[in-house]
Amino acid sequence: MKSIEKMMRKLEPEHDGKWAKFHPVWDGFYTFLFTPGETTRNGSHIRDGIDLKRTMFMVVTALIPCLLFGIYNTGHFHYVATGETTEYMDMFGDKVIYGLIKVLPLVIVSYAVGLGVEFIFCIKNQHAIQEGFLVSGMLIPLIIPADTPLWMVAIATIFAVVLGKEVFGGTGMNVVNIALTARAFLFFGYPTMMSGDRVWFSGAPDGYSGPTQLGELASFTGKQVDWAYPNIEAFSEHWSIMESFIGMIPGSVGETSTIAIILGAALLLYTGIASWKIMISFVLGGLFVGVLCNQFAVNEFMELAPLHHMVIGGFAFGAVFMITDPVTAAQTSTGKFIYGFLGGALSITVRVFNGAYPEGVMMAILFMNVMAPLIDHYVIGANIKRRKKRLKVKELKAA
Amino acid sequence: MSEENVKAPKEPLFSRKNKRLVTEPLDDNNPITIQVLGICSALAITVSVEQALVMTASVFFVLGAGNVIVSLLRNLIPSRIRIIVQLVVVASLVIIVDEVLKAFLPDMAEKLSVFVGLIITNCIIMGRFEAFAMANKPWPSFLDAVGNTIGYGLILVLVSVFREIFGAGKLFGVELFGDRIEGTGLYSIGYMDNNFIILAPFALFAVGIIIWIQRARNRSLIEDH
Repeated sequence: MKSIEKMMRKLEPEHDGKWAKFHPVWDGFYTFLFTPGETTRNGSHIRDGIDLKRTMFMVVTALIPCLLFGIYNTGHFHYVATGETTEYMDMFGDKVIYGLIKVLPLVIVSYAVGLGVEFIFCIKNQHAIQEGFLVSGMLIPLIIPADTPLWMVAIATIFAVVLGKEVFGGTGMNVVNIALTARAFLFFGYPTMMSGDRVWFSGAPDGYSGPTQLGELASFTGKQVDWAYPNIEAFSEHWSIMESFIGMIPGSVGETSTIAIILGAALLLYTGIASWKIMISFVLGGLFVGVLCNQFAVNEFMELAPLHHMVIGGFAFGAVFMITDPVTAAQTSTGKFIYGFLGGALSITVRVFNGAYPEGVMMAILFMNVMAPLIDHYVIGANIKRRKKRLKVKELKAA
Repeated sequence: MSEENVKAPKEPLFSRKNKRLVTEPLDDNNPITIQVLGICSALAITVSVEQALVMTASVFFVLGAGNVIVSLLRNLIPSRIRIIVQLVVVASLVIIVDEVLKAFLPDMAEKLSVFVGLIITNCIIMGRFEAFAMANKPWPSFLDAVGNTIGYGLILVLVSVFREIFGAGKLFGVELFGDRIEGTGLYSIGYMDNNFIILAPFALFAVGIIIWIQRARNRSLIEDH
């Protein structure tokens, strides 16, 4: 470690030297390797041992189960599509290798492009490099189909980092979630690569089509002749909740396995990085609309078990990693409950009632991101009102 | 009266003041990026360069003729009903444009659809009538119209060039990257047109980026709030 430290110190650009412009980049790497020795000079501050870098790293660690499962899942459904195997444990090595070949480039491109944009802006504005992208860079490959072309990932990442974050002033200033911005860009820009029944089986032979559960469910909102199954019971028999819970379903890279997501959630909740209030209320909101749909079912889709809603699509992933993003979420305690609940409710509402968008989680979370300041505004307003009232009562009693 | 004539000799047609009327709206006082007027049409019709150019020409006719007419009438219009009089002027000019387009460019008229009629509500036009033509002579008013239309058209063309190239893979209707359906040229190696760029919200992003770049270059344009 000593020698690395010495080397880093030697590399530090002089403040008036010709490399001075690149000081933020050096600083970024240095603090990445070593805890900075700077202390506060004025006043007293209470500091936590965990800073932004460690926080971000904790989230990336929480994402690793999803990534690993995603790699296996990608390989598994490739071999299912080519018809070589349908057993889970068959050809395990081949599946992992295929998955690595497909998924790792997505991760590398997303990180390289995103960090590149970040570095350029930091050098230009002479800001210290912030680590916000460490998490976004991992989230982006996990929420897109494994077959997404790399250049699309690159464009979407640039779009999200520049217009989602840098225009507002960089890390911690963004209004909407960066990873979801990238996904929304891909979703609206290249709809044929992001939805439908041809993208979920990586490297599938021509003509092979396999929709996700959401795609099949969405067919229930159309005419009866187009239905994927005669009724919802047949659907639930074909796709069991358990299968979806484990993650043996086609979907975007990292969102299929609810177990892997729960592992990540446990770490985030244990370390206190994600807010349990938002997470719980998001799930409750989803269940609430699910139950409501059951009660007032007018079509087959509305009769789907609420629990089934939780384990398919991006709902679980959104609940743990997306809606809890501390920058874009509501900040007040009551606000967090409202924010999460409405987010979950809206996700399922879009899913069930809008046939054009089989999955509503992305749209719902982006919408709630924009609404979060409004929620906070009214929560704070209500609080002020309540306290004013208390003051008046006291005054009356005194008089 | 004769004294006034001596004091103020006739202004040359292209005096420095008049030139500024034309050049200022191009950058530092651009109707779209600085005054943020006429956004609706900028979002709606910038999917192709052709549409943007026809729209600019239409606005030029309406604003140029309208500014001159309002300026000529400025001393006759009672100030209480001036908005109505201005509306009558715009509306008649827009109807002329609409009819001409329908007669000579029927395809284009169909594509622009209601947006030709909506020139009436284009804030740039009423804004220039109110802010300039009501208080100035016809010639400066005309120059003001020229400047503002070019400023408006500049942004429109800029946005539409970008949107047409990357949204539809065309420029002036000519395919740039090969045949999209047959999959020739760039399409054969996996390139795809971005559908999002065709959607109106992207024009908002495009105009926003232009505003961003413009203000980053000239910091005096940033408003304090």
